[in-house]
Amino acid sequence: MTLAINLFLWGVLAVLVAVAARRGRVVVQQGVRDGALDFMRLLPRIALGVIGSGYLAEMLPREFIAPWIGPESGVMGVVIATLGGALTPGGPVVGFSIGAAALKGGAGAPQVIAYSTAWALYAIHRLLIWEVPLMPARIVWLRAAVSIPLPFIAAAGAMLLGKP
Amino acid sequence: MLPDPTIYSRRRPGAFDWSTAFIAAVVGIAAGIVYVRDGQAHFLAILGSDLYLFGDMLPKVAAGCLIGTFVTLLLPREMVLRWVGAESGLAGLLIATGAGFILPGGPITIYPIAGALLAVGADAGAAVAFITSWTLLGYTRALVWELPFFGPDFVLWRILVAIPLPILAGIMARLVVRAMLARRGAP
Repeated sequence: MTLAINLFLWGVLAVLVAVAARRGRVVVQQGVRDGALDFMRLLPRIALGVIGSGYLAEMLPREFIAPWIGPESGVMGVVIATLGGALTPGGPVVGFSIGAAALKGGAGAPQVIAYSTAWALYAIHRLLIWEVPLMPARIVWLRAAVSIPLPFIAAAGAMLLGKP
Repeated sequence: MLPDPTIYSRRRPGAFDWSTAFIAAVVGIAAGIVYVRDGQAHFLAILGSDLYLFGDMLPKVAAGCLIGTFVTLLLPREMVLRWVGAESGLAGLLIATGAGFILPGGPITIYPIAGALLAVGADAGAAVAFITSWTLLGYTRALVWELPFFGPDFVLWRILVAIPLPILAGIMARLVVRAMLARRGAP
């Protein structure tokens, strides 16, 4: 599985580099340089997120997970999971690692879907760190406001369709 | 004519930021508690499996970063702008959703592009659909970040239920903007 994904991603990249090469060497050089810089900047954050996630997951109070956001927790569990997602700090992996740990610790699939959807859409920390400096503030708040119901719709969809 | 290229200049985070420092502190405390509570063997077992996960991710993250920069460089921006303007209707929302799905890269790439789209005439609904789609459906994000934690079944499932959400968000954003304009225009 992981090999197939790697082949796919590097295949996509090869196509892009080929297109860039037709535009000229400068485009290829700039792409490689910018991409490498992004990678170097992300590296410590990823290391922290991935290596730290195991310890964070270990600290999660599992005996609370099942009654709060377990498969039997219903709509209330979805509400709690959505709030948790909004309050989880950003970074590319923190929300995913907590969600995966919760799933292993007995959380329900629709509740975890609500959690990771809320975290992806409107983790408050990400809005403030990334979006407000880079976008017109009006649009940021508009997007956050219209996104509020989306984790509930996703969880409802997951409940209607059944367990993954 | 291409708009001012400085619109697309990418603001990058520095080597240090407060959110990373905060997470580092939380992780340090959690690791310390695990070490004291569960002993060295358990501490090292967790470290080992996380280091393996980290090593497994690295080539995917490298590919994701490079794909992101090349798409940003190669994207035919004029075409995108023509397709997602204020008059683009439902088709504009569908195109914005598709663009969010296809366009890889991190928030450093995506928010400036969304901002640039807005600056040169994309409407708020399309920008909202674009960001929502990138957040929930973007395939590099799912493959690079989400899959190692959740496995293919759960990720496919989550994406499946998320497919209608960007369009829904775009429609709601347009309704909100229209309602606000109508109220402002009322005598």
